[in-house]
Amino acid sequence: MSSEWPLWEVFIRSQHGLAHKHVGSLHAPDAGMAVRNARDVYTRRNEGVSIWVVRSADVHASAPGDREALFDPANDKVYRHPTFFPMPDEVKHI
Amino acid sequence: MYAQMIDTGLTKVADTADMSDDERAFQARIDDDVRIEPKDWMPEAYRRTLIRQIQQHAHSEVVGMLPEGNWITRAPSLARKAILMAKVQDEAGHGLYLYCAAETLGVSREQMIEDLHAGKVKYSSIFNYPTLTWADIGAVGWLVDGAAIMNQIPLCRCSFGPYARAMIRICKEESFHQRQGFDVMMSLCRGTPEQKAMAQDALDRWWWPSLMMFGPPDAASVHSAHSAKWKIKRLSNDELRQRFVDQTVPQSDYLGLRIPDDDLAWNEDRGHYDFGAIDWSEFHEVLKGHGPCNRDRMRTRVNAWEDGAWVREAAVAHAQKRDARAKAAA
Repeated sequence: MSSEWPLWEVFIRSQHGLAHKHVGSLHAPDAGMAVRNARDVYTRRNEGVSIWVVRSADVHASAPGDREALFDPANDKVYRHPTFFPMPDEVKHI
Repeated sequence: MYAQMIDTGLTKVADTADMSDDERAFQARIDDDVRIEPKDWMPEAYRRTLIRQIQQHAHSEVVGMLPEGNWITRAPSLARKAILMAKVQDEAGHGLYLYCAAETLGVSREQMIEDLHAGKVKYSSIFNYPTLTWADIGAVGWLVDGAAIMNQIPLCRCSFGPYARAMIRICKEESFHQRQGFDVMMSLCRGTPEQKAMAQDALDRWWWPSLMMFGPPDAASVHSAHSAKWKIKRLSNDELRQRFVDQTVPQSDYLGLRIPDDDLAWNEDRGHYDFGAIDWSEFHEVLKGHGPCNRDRMRTRVNAWEDGAWVREAAVAHAQKRDARAKAAA
């Protein structure tokens, strides 16, 4: 049996009330050690107030080849943005 | 630099006409400054080159802990000790960020460590020099980390996303390393004549090896040309070296120290400092394993890996036992 520890993806929530953000990955034998290692590797300078770790093998990602099929359809739907609708200057609070 | 003389495995720089459709699309993305991500298609040579470079960089961070760790127990005050420990912890962190970036390219951590121990992959030549006095810790931070920053800032814009992102984190932290080194040098230079002489001695020994960190002149190198085309390497070795000299000479003047180079002089026409010829035979000897500390560094790394094997295995066994218990209870 290989003793190589599984890979974990690390997510940190910074102090500013933001969402957890992916910061990198590390190896650890289990979730508890992954959190402890993440604390040492990714929060030496107060970068966070909360850590999530997820086994890399459990992350399912979209394929780079599907990029166009997945994301291009949004390109021609500019009306989804409020700036698409010009408002008269006289109209306030909208 | 931390990654010196990276072999791309290629003998010439490809013309657009010789490229496959995939290669052309890949090069077009690079030319547009679009980052390449791990799952994107990439030429094998690009992948191999990055694996070699990031791996060498990671090993350098880890081996780089050894010359400094040497002084943790003998730092002259508790504050200096705490600072040095924080710096060495950072180096460990930098190594880990980089190993993970390399792993996204499909090489395993164990493989990289085996390659280092088998001598297939190098680490920076600079870490094969000894830290003989406390002033060396100052000189290493000031010069070696200074040279590292010089090299690493352009790498923050490297075409490979995970490497660039790791470099951004590293650069933020590295600046502390350089400043603490300069601070050590300042204290010594403001101290007794003996302390100032110690600082001068450290500069005398670290100056030339620091200039060698940037690697040999690479104007004619196919590997460098390729790395530049792929935006893995954004400035030449000589450009970076010149910047380092230009930046460091005034700092040395401030300290009242003398850089050990009789040919060093400001060149008004070029707007740069001229400096003396570098002894590349020393650099190549160190790379070949004949530096003052090569064998000692490798022995220390191999012992750390082998002595830690039971811990790694025990941690896995413990995790498996707990998993099994949890499943049985469910």
